[in-house]
Amino acid sequence: MTLTRRSLMATAALGTAMLALPAGRVFGKTAPLARPIPSSGEQIPSIGLGSWITFNVGDDTALQAECTAVMAAFFAGGGRMIDSSPMYGSSQAVIGRGLATLGRPDTLFSAEKVWTSSGTNGPAQIEQTRRLWGVERFDLLQVHNLAGWEAHLDTLFAMKAAGRLRYVGITTSEGRRHDLVEQIMQRHPLDFVQLSYNPVDRDAEQRLLPLAAERGIAVIVNRPFQQGALTRRLDGEPLPQWAAEVGATSWAQLILKFILAEPAVTVVIPATTRVDHVRENLAAAGGALPDRDLRGRIAAHIGAL
Amino acid sequence: MSEWWTYRLDDFLLFSPRVYWRLFEAQNAALWPLHLATTLAGLVLVLVILRWPGRAMLWTGLLLGPVWALVGWSFLLQRYAGINWAVAYAAPAFFVQALLLLAAALVPGGPLMGRLDAIANTGLGLALAGLLLYPALPFVTGRPLAGAEMFGIAPDPTVLVTIGLLLMARGRWLAVLLPIPLLWCLFSGLTLLAMGEAQAWPMLATSMLAAVLGALRLRRRAP
Repeated sequence: MTLTRRSLMATAALGTAMLALPAGRVFGKTAPLARPIPSSGEQIPSIGLGSWITFNVGDDTALQAECTAVMAAFFAGGGRMIDSSPMYGSSQAVIGRGLATLGRPDTLFSAEKVWTSSGTNGPAQIEQTRRLWGVERFDLLQVHNLAGWEAHLDTLFAMKAAGRLRYVGITTSEGRRHDLVEQIMQRHPLDFVQLSYNPVDRDAEQRLLPLAAERGIAVIVNRPFQQGALTRRLDGEPLPQWAAEVGATSWAQLILKFILAEPAVTVVIPATTRVDHVRENLAAAGGALPDRDLRGRIAAHIGAL
Repeated sequence: MSEWWTYRLDDFLLFSPRVYWRLFEAQNAALWPLHLATTLAGLVLVLVILRWPGRAMLWTGLLLGPVWALVGWSFLLQRYAGINWAVAYAAPAFFVQALLLLAAALVPGGPLMGRLDAIANTGLGLALAGLLLYPALPFVTGRPLAGAEMFGIAPDPTVLVTIGLLLMARGRWLAVLLPIPLLWCLFSGLTLLAMGEAQAWPMLATSMLAAVLGALRLRRRAP
């Protein structure tokens, strides 16, 4: 094996992340909860990593290094899915640099989006995105916020049929256009749907989550903390004693456990700039999950604060 | 965009305030000590306008034109567009404004500087605030002084100074010289508002002030 500057940096970054992990949590010894992707049966760790806002740091090398450290801790803790979009500014390039620094971990599950209203511009945008990430192909491509969805789905399903893509999905956020999302889920053989869901945004429970379970569509949950607004609102509020029943030591963990306790949910993708938060998020997928009664208490308690 | 009414202002914010403010630290480090030259040139220009108003528009255009081009290239395109793709579309407007300012300075019949009336005095105050007060904001906000926004280096104080100086001028050229600075004030003010920064209000107030005073100025005949 030839030692290069890149491989040395990757080893150092991963090593730093491993040393700081609690004993027994290194490289999947206590792997986070995994769920199957219904269309393939492939197991995927149920805590992913979002990049909205947090990874959009431009050319700031110090902040890029922070993002790489977050990714290193994520992989070291057993995480796999990283999600981004052309809409997220420099996030794709920052992820690409981070992956290169970390030696391109082979456990990566790359989740991207196509985001343009023009169907004809989709393939070029996907290729540009692929170059930024530095991957041979994406595991998952999603139509971002349903922009140009008909043409893009044709492109994505053709890529999947040609073996240039593993999974196809669509996304929405903050409860928008659920009617159309539902129609697309019913009429197209989607592998994934991405939507917002948390103890105070529960619209998806009405139709989309049951439909996903019925149709065998994996669910990615975005904005579990309402872009941080929910955890900021809860900051300073005492965590209820009954949170200990499921081993939650923070509001973030309690929220993630609430989401993961919904059987239709496959992966939650909280975004963060902090290594300690990545570990905290991954730890939420270990141990017990709340039952129906406790979920009701969590939602009622957080909703009242 | 469908269901546009369901979007909040902060839904359009692509970056964190921390990343935004660090852009100015990087810009200042890259261009230092050009700040001293741009600020000094701005102050000298104000003095020229007050003492020798007859030829002042020539010097105003010759200073502001290159300054707008510099800020558009070095800050908007090289830094800000990296975290906000919308800025890549706004940057060309800075180059257009640079050309307009140069044209206003060099083409016969351009704007004229003259008597200090209430509108001109307001413009003078705005220009001095952009030159001297805006860079001092870190003392109020608690942000690092290394990230101070200065005329000729950062867009917001450059735009404030430009609007101020243009309000000291007269003539129909104002109708083409004011819109881009005014729109930037609005854009930047809304961005700062989405970030939850009180600094948004001076920018938004300036855009309103420029619209009202500019309209009043255009209703009066040039001397």
